[in-house]
Amino acid sequence: MGHIDWAEIAQASLDTLAMLGGSMILTVLLGLPLGVILFLTGKGQMLDNRAANGALSLLVNILRSVPFVILLIVMIPLTVALVGTSLGVAGAIPPLVAGAAPFFARLVETALREVDKGVIEASFAMGAKRRQVVINALLPEAMPGIIAAATVTAIALVSYTAMAGVVGAGGLGDLAIRFGYQRFQTDVMVVTVVLLLVLVQALQMVGDRVVRRVSHR
Amino acid sequence: MIAFEAVSKTYAPKAKAGGEGHVALSGVSLSVRAGEVFGVIGASGAGKSTLIRLINGLERPTDGRVVVDGDDVAALGVEGLRDLRRRVGMIFQHFNLLSSKTVADNVAFPLKLAGRPAAEVKARTAELLARVGLSDQAAKYPAQLSGGQKQRVGVARALATGPKVLLCDEATSALDPETTEQILDLVSGLNRELGLTIVLITHEMDVVRRVCDRVAVLEAGRVVETGAVEDVFLHPASATARRFVREADGEPAAGAVLAGRVVRLTFRGEATYKPVLGEVARTTGVDYSILGGRIHRLRETPYGQLTLALTGGDVDAAIAQFQAAGVRVDPVLIGEGA
Repeated sequence: MGHIDWAEIAQASLDTLAMLGGSMILTVLLGLPLGVILFLTGKGQMLDNRAANGALSLLVNILRSVPFVILLIVMIPLTVALVGTSLGVAGAIPPLVAGAAPFFARLVETALREVDKGVIEASFAMGAKRRQVVINALLPEAMPGIIAAATVTAIALVSYTAMAGVVGAGGLGDLAIRFGYQRFQTDVMVVTVVLLLVLVQALQMVGDRVVRRVSHR
Repeated sequence: MIAFEAVSKTYAPKAKAGGEGHVALSGVSLSVRAGEVFGVIGASGAGKSTLIRLINGLERPTDGRVVVDGDDVAALGVEGLRDLRRRVGMIFQHFNLLSSKTVADNVAFPLKLAGRPAAEVKARTAELLARVGLSDQAAKYPAQLSGGQKQRVGVARALATGPKVLLCDEATSALDPETTEQILDLVSGLNRELGLTIVLITHEMDVVRRVCDRVAVLEAGRVVETGAVEDVFLHPASATARRFVREADGEPAAGAVLAGRVVRLTFRGEATYKPVLGEVARTTGVDYSILGGRIHRLRETPYGQLTLALTGGDVDAAIAQFQAAGVRVDPVLIGEGA
């Protein structure tokens, strides 16, 4: 364990958590409405609109089909324009959100499709407005699915943050590449991988627990 | 209270099929009086679901008008329609409760949607839960309830905004016979005690017999028969109605023994309990063999129906005597069944 600089590992861990936290919040803020709109504009739904649905769907598919490593590099000019730098935690967040939000939106759309149509019909029959149906019936009914989707997305973001090390984002992935890989410091590699594993495990456990709590089926 | 005036509903054709679309209802005219329980019976695909959904504007007619409580449903704006829906409650075959909300929150839901103050919502919810006998289940989630309890929650929820009309969409079709009875009792109690107008759709004649005042028989999108339940049930005029009545009562023992004149006697009300049959046989010398029969109740009215083969003696005099005693006599054609 001669190579390990624990202070550096602690800093890298904090960077990873910051990237994860920041990008996760923005991913939910962007991805949730996007998923809801994708669902609502779908065939036979409340705001059935082929053109809008097709355009959004295409955008989502494009962002999802670009490999994340490529997205990181392609987005550098946009990232600089948005946050002033393409380096560090701040520089990593725009590409992380661009990669994860469409993914999360698709999962949200799927979770909304699982909601019993009868419940939606019943809400309308009770005199609900469209907005009330979405906010008071559709989203609460889909909540277990949406939380599960957020868990899967957070875990995907963990591996994205490791890749973000490639463009100088910092964090555990960056440490693994610079020391573990490029300098053949296997012990650093092992420690970072174990820490990432612990993080993923923790996210999954918390996610599962919340799903159980909000699910009353 | 509710009037259908030559209502038709055609669903848009599927783009790929290139056909003419699906005709769910054609030329339906009905009227439901205030305070009655009106049944619509039909096989699946006959258009019942569409019919009931036209009443609260979940579906719009392609042709004709649906007038509910003075409003032409199709002419209402968004606000008007929401207001109508608060005057028309609805319960469903699969209950359609929100699984994410407790029993109390489900019942409170329409009140919250209407923006009623919290104190009123709370008091009204407690009152409704007491009415359907679920006060002790308020904090549970729907998944923890039995089917009958879920439908009670559905009923309480439908009553929350104080409607004048209750729509029952196959409300007992997913329930076992005992629970069905409880829910039907609850629904007829609401009709009696609150004067609620009730429209129920079903594919079971038994449900109609137990709670309805009048019934319309639907076949392939058309009303083939309408009338008081007693009339439709005892003397069905259409083949569809006869089929539903047979399903409810089972096949009578007709068959090869048909010597003599075969008639069907219908006793209603008090006549059901009179010893008419023996009396007529004694005085006219007619022998009878019973080929089939049923004795039951239509809501509160007892009735009996017997299919007899009459032989020997003076058959015409016997028939006249039956009629004089208030018994309806219909000839049965061989092969018609009962």
